[in-house]
Formats: sequence, structure tokens, C-alpha cells
Amino acid sequence: MGVGITVEQLNAFYGKTQALFDVNITVQANHATALIGPSGCGKSTFIRCLNRMHETIPEARVEGAVRIGDFNVYNGTSATQLRRRVGMVFQKPNPFPTMSIYENVAAGLKLNGFRNRKKLDEVVEKSLRSSALFDEVKDSLHKKSGASLSGGQQQRLCIARALAVQPEVLLMDEPCSALDPISTGKIEELIFRLKEQYTIVIVTHNMQQAARVAEFTGFFLLGKMIEFDKTEKVFTNPSDKRTEDYVTGRFG
Amino acid sequence: MDEATVKSTMTVTMPPISWRRRALDHAMTGVAMLTVALVLLPLFAIFAYLVYKGLGSINWAFLTQTPKPVGEAGGGMANAIIGSGLILAIASLMGVPLGIGAGIFLSEYGRNRYGDAVRFVSDVLNGVPSIVIGIVAYGLVVIRQKHFSALAGGVALAIMMVPTIARTTEQMLLLVPQAIREAAYGLGVSRWRTTLSITLRTATSGVITGVMLAFARVAGETAPLLFTAFGNQFWNLNPNQPTSALSLQIYTYALSPFDDWHRQAWAGSFVLIVLIVGAVAAVRFAVRRGTLAGT
Repeated sequence: MGVGITVEQLNAFYGKTQALFDVNITVQANHATALIGPSGCGKSTFIRCLNRMHETIPEARVEGAVRIGDFNVYNGTSATQLRRRVGMVFQKPNPFPTMSIYENVAAGLKLNGFRNRKKLDEVVEKSLRSSALFDEVKDSLHKKSGASLSGGQQQRLCIARALAVQPEVLLMDEPCSALDPISTGKIEELIFRLKEQYTIVIVTHNMQQAARVAEFTGFFLLGKMIEFDKTEKVFTNPSDKRTEDYVTGRFG
Repeated sequence: MDEATVKSTMTVTMPPISWRRRALDHAMTGVAMLTVALVLLPLFAIFAYLVYKGLGSINWAFLTQTPKPVGEAGGGMANAIIGSGLILAIASLMGVPLGIGAGIFLSEYGRNRYGDAVRFVSDVLNGVPSIVIGIVAYGLVVIRQKHFSALAGGVALAIMMVPTIARTTEQMLLLVPQAIREAAYGLGVSRWRTTLSITLRTATSGVITGVMLAFARVAGETAPLLFTAFGNQFWNLNPNQPTSALSLQIYTYALSPFDDWHRQAWAGSFVLIVLIVGAVAAVRFAVRRGTLAGT
């Protein structure tokens, strides 16, 4: 089951440059939350703070508090422990190129020391079914490399790979920006089904996409969270002028 | 509009290509091909000459017997072939892990001044003459052991392998996109695990090319073995004893005044080249067998 996320006074930096300013947000469990805003506004930085990917960049640092379920993200727990509970899907599909489809999905469990072959088979099939890829690849699980799939299939493979470690939260950083409309549709359907079991935070440049998949939407501008509300409210009756300008296409 | 007019309105008419541009194009293509031929010519010449001079002197005795005493005809270099294998195995066992380890450091942890220092030292080491490295191994191993040995030869060759392997490994690991590492971090895989099981694995074929390059280079080295492995007229499989190597045997025989030895030196050179090419091809084949379709 998914868990909620609470973010308090989050500030993020790249060296001396501050990328996020005092972000506060509460993400509901088992719902999809979309983050929108123009390029460079800090959406990706924000989502990368939720699973501590931000700190893998040299000289990057974070201040503030993030709680995911009963987990205190920046206090006491290790980043690897956290990331097993918070899956991530990236902008560009990034399957492990030298691994087969099966190995890609099993990677998270195997590399963390899980060796039970029969259980692995089960998890791989279940994850591929959850990401609606199983039927397309079931005959070449061990024969084909993950990199040999089409872009849309690769992205669903990456989703299956993230699901295989059985996370509670799924972070998606513009998961459809490199995909064609058909693949995008498939991923959106997927998000719809997945939020029954996971809490989903999705960064997107596509406002229609935010409106289609998410119950809640946050609008970022210049590193600040300008508005966070029910998606319907943000798109039809925003309380901030800047949000209105953005969603009506007057700038950005 | 009919199809013909559509076509004619859409096509931009380019001025005809002048004879000068065409001639220059042909001339440059010709120059490029000529340089390729010039580069490949020495390689093929060496191969052809080795086959011509060496192949005739290779027989069963050459591949199975030890050298005969001076004045006796016949005999072979079997002990040198095995000795070369022994020394190279020792060198690879030490040099390959050390080189790959250094490469991992440079690429994954060495984007700072410590890394720069290691890079500099490694490049300098790459330029040190091989005979000097032989002297170092002499000082490190032979003097301490108080006798020549395959181990000392292996140490000398290992020192020569390290910088090449380290630098190619570094380059190959840097080619692995950051996104691949992030994918692993995102699954909760620790950094060292990611480096070994994801980054290094993704770069495997490139790293192996570097290893084979280093291997092929030291396989024919003579100078660093002169006062480390020293050479031996008899069989030896003990790493602590003086050991023969093909390159040493070729050196000795080629400088001798006997025609029979000269022929054997040619045969030895031929065998050495075949063994190196064979080893490189075998490793490549093994790597390709283990690679999936579509990568």
C-alpha cells in the first residue's frame, strides 16, 4: 500500500545556487500528485529530494524535513534503505543495456542480495504484468536485451523494474516526455491503475497529462511552490495570478 | 496541380558541382586510402615475412622439446612457450585487478586532485622504458629472493600492464551514462554494488579491449625479462625459479652465430604472434558469446 509524504521547509542547493525555496507540501497516500511548471523551476530537483537522489550530484545539498510514511528521509535512515521504498522512473528510459529483460526487472532484488529463483520468477512476471508489458515480451524474457525494446516498452520496463522492489511510493520524472502519444496513453492508463497500490508523484510538462492522471497538482515557479491544490481547482479556478497565467498559456 | 508541377516547385535546383570540387573530392578519397594502405602495409609485411621465415622451421619437435645443447641440431622451444604462459599468467593475475581497480577509482572517485595525481603518475609510468621497469623488478624481487624467477618477470610485466588498463578502464567507465548509475541508485542499490554490477558490467567489452591491449603489449616484451625471469634451458613450472620465455629465447637465438638457431628464432617469433592473436581472439569470442542480442 502507498503511504503519504510530508515535506516541510525544503530548501535545495547546487553548490551556492539555491534551487528550491521553503517548499511545503503534503502528498496523499494512494493518489497521484502532479508537479507542473516551466523548465528549470525546480520540479525535478524537488522530486529528487524525495528519494535523496539530489545528493548524488557533487556539491548538492538539502535542508528541511521530508517524511515518507513513518520514514524520516533526512534523519537517521540510509539512502539505500529509503530508495527501496521509494521507486523512481526517469525522464529518459534507462534500462541496463547489458541485461536481459528478465535481469532488468530482477536487478533491484538481485543486487540487494535476493536469490530465491522461484520467487524472482514470480516477482518478475507480476511486475511486468503490472506495467502492461508482459504479453509483449513474455517470449523473449531471457533472450533480448532491455535496450532492444522500443522507447515506450523500455519505459514500461523501467516501471516494472521499479515496481519489482515493491516500493510504497513511485516517483516519475517526466516519464512520457520521450514517448509518442500511444505509449504515453499506455503509461497514463498504467498510472491510473497503479495508484490503487502506490502513492504516485509525477513531474510533467504536459498540463493535459496532469489534468488527466492526477488528483492533486502543484505549480512550481523559480524554485518556489506557488500553488498546491486539487487538480480541478488549479486548472479551473487557481487562487494565484501566476498559476492562472501559466495554465492558460499566457507565459511559460 | 499535377504531380509534375508539385515536384518541380518543391525541388530546389542546386548549381552543378564544378569539376574542381569533384576532382578535389576524388583526390582526398585517394589520399585517405593511401594512408590506410601505408599503415597496414608494415603489419602485413611483418606477418608475411614471419610466415615465410618461421613456418618452415616449425615442427613437432619445436613445439614439444627443450633446446638442444650448442652444436646439436634439432630441439625446440616448448619450455619457452610454457614459460611465457606462466609469466604472463602471473603478470595478468597481478596487473589486471590492480589496473581495473585503479581505473574504477579514477572514473568513480577520482574526479578531483587525488585522481589527477594518479592520472599523471600513471601516464608517466606508461612512458617509462621497459628496461627500467625490469631494473625495478630486479630490485624489488630478484635481490630479495637472491635468484631470478618467473615471479620477478611477472611483476615487471604487471607494472607495465597497470597504466594501460587503468586509463582505458577509466575511459570506458566514463562512457557509461550517468542515467544508468542513477537507475541502480533508484532501486536502492549501494554505490559499490552499482559500480561493480552495473557500471563495470555495462563497460565490460571496452574494459576487456584495454586488458587485451595491455596483455598483447607485454607478451612480446624482452627487456624487462632479461634480469628478472632470466631464461632457462630446461622445463620449469615453479614460479620461484628462473624461467624461459619466448621473447628471451628469440633474443638469444637471433644473436647467435648458428643458422639453425636463427631459423628457430623465426619460428619462435611466429609462434609468439600466433599465441598473442589466438589469446586475444579467444577472449573476444568468449565475451561475444556472453552478450545478448540487441546490445
